[in-house]
Amino acid sequence: MLMKEGRSKALAAVLMIAPFVITYRTVFAYPVYKMFALSFTDAPLIGEGRWVGFDNYAKLLNQKLFFTSVWNTGYFVVLTVVPNTLIGLGLALMVVRLKGWLQSLVLVLFFLPYILPVSVVTQIWEWVLDQQFGIAQYLIEFFTGRRISVFRDPIWAMPMVALVTIWWTNGFNLLLFIAGLRNIPADYYEAATLDGATRWQCFQRITWPLIWPVTALVLTLQLILQLKIFDQVYLMTEGGPFNSTYVLLQLVYREAFRLNHGGLGSAVAVFLFLIIVTVSVLQYQLLRVRGR
Amino acid sequence: MQRKTIGNILLLALTLCVACMWAFPIYWAVVTSIKPEHEVVTKTTFIPDVFNFSAYYFALFETNLAAWYVNSLITSIGVTIIVILISVMCAYALSQIVFPGRRLLYGIILASFMVPSQALVVSQFVLMYRFGLINSWGGIILPQLIIPVVVIVYKQFFDSVPKELREAAKLDGCGDFQILFRLYLPLNWGITTALAIITYIMAWNAFLWPFLVTNSEDMMTVTVGITQVDDAFGVKYARDMAVAILAAMPVALAYLLFQKRVTQALMLSSGIKG
Repeated sequence: MLMKEGRSKALAAVLMIAPFVITYRTVFAYPVYKMFALSFTDAPLIGEGRWVGFDNYAKLLNQKLFFTSVWNTGYFVVLTVVPNTLIGLGLALMVVRLKGWLQSLVLVLFFLPYILPVSVVTQIWEWVLDQQFGIAQYLIEFFTGRRISVFRDPIWAMPMVALVTIWWTNGFNLLLFIAGLRNIPADYYEAATLDGATRWQCFQRITWPLIWPVTALVLTLQLILQLKIFDQVYLMTEGGPFNSTYVLLQLVYREAFRLNHGGLGSAVAVFLFLIIVTVSVLQYQLLRVRGR
Repeated sequence: MQRKTIGNILLLALTLCVACMWAFPIYWAVVTSIKPEHEVVTKTTFIPDVFNFSAYYFALFETNLAAWYVNSLITSIGVTIIVILISVMCAYALSQIVFPGRRLLYGIILASFMVPSQALVVSQFVLMYRFGLINSWGGIILPQLIIPVVVIVYKQFFDSVPKELREAAKLDGCGDFQILFRLYLPLNWGITTALAIITYIMAWNAFLWPFLVTNSEDMMTVTVGITQVDDAFGVKYARDMAVAILAAMPVALAYLLFQKRVTQALMLSSGIKG
């Protein structure tokens, strides 16, 4: 009887995990292994290659575009991560003060961009920033005295891609910050106000220290997300002008899918993979230490 | 006291101002899409005086949008259903059944959090090619099926269901599948809707993978397809905006209808209980 129950239990467990585990093995674990394996061969995108050891990695170190991509990815991360986090906090501070339907309405206005597909976001901004007819050119002309084709200007391109990215992804940060702010007990503020604290003092002494765990979470999530930049850059600038917005994932795309260098493309992918896994491990440690 | 009220009103005004500016590009896209094409560049009007739907007519009948819609609907609903099904079963087993390798499996799933799927595109493409799934719904769906966080969230919720429920059901002669689908899943219906909606939105919005795995225009999803429109017809902003708005409609509606669920799912997946 006991044996039978044990066996049927095991059978149920196997049947239940099998679909996930098989899918996982096939489309997730195997590609991770294959990515590493391919990076040591000279394989084209489709077809067999020969083992070449670390040749692909050596090639990367001799490729100017690789360093350009690393640099640009880093530049993009700098332009987005901290500003996006601070803007999220700022907007959250504004939204939590509101009440009822007004809060819901304002929240929708801020959050809606996050829900849009990336290609819709880039289409909208290409129109808004169009050199001849774009509505934002009034602003640009006001500040610089001329109209600028922002995605064709090596100085403007990356900051503008970053701006669009912040507009697109900020809603998520905003949500996390609102949840964090709501967890701060209201009596703290009441007590502080009774003691005559100003708004700035309240923020400095109560809000900022208590919201810091959420800030740290948002910062690390942002870092991981923005390292994987590709879509917006590809759709708005295609890496140009003069490779000034070329990023790592785009180099994977170029080597593997455009130039048919599956092996070299995989080597770039491995590089990106290792960076992101390292950051994630650090994040995990950081958050775990905090949790204790 | 007086100063405080004025301060509050100013802050409120500022908030509303910033919110309107933030949403302005979306508003501007909508306004542009209902202008006649020649007016788009000649008149800067913020409130349309006539409603002209010729851009929508173009988007619906003179582009491939209908086919892209079908592809997007099928693949994103397919992804959603399969992800929820395989994840919920795996989570139930991890949470309720003692079997060898359980902790190892859970550890692997937790660790998969860190793997950026974008780095896997080359090897996934090779795999889909071997399967003969390039330019097919299956090829779009398959690599999107592993979302570790869905398993983890489900497991946490199942862990908190009282053990007596399962034991009582066992005594009544129910098997684990029945317990899962008749008891645990209905009990966690709210979280299932939340996870399903966010999975659907993510799948609809997916760009990189569908972009790589489809090259014939008939097989593209909406998100990829709409980037082809301006290549094919030159720059026509009213049309572009109409196409963009139609492309965003299914996810925008899903969000507006299920706001609370979307928020809840996003919170849970980042580790904050919402």
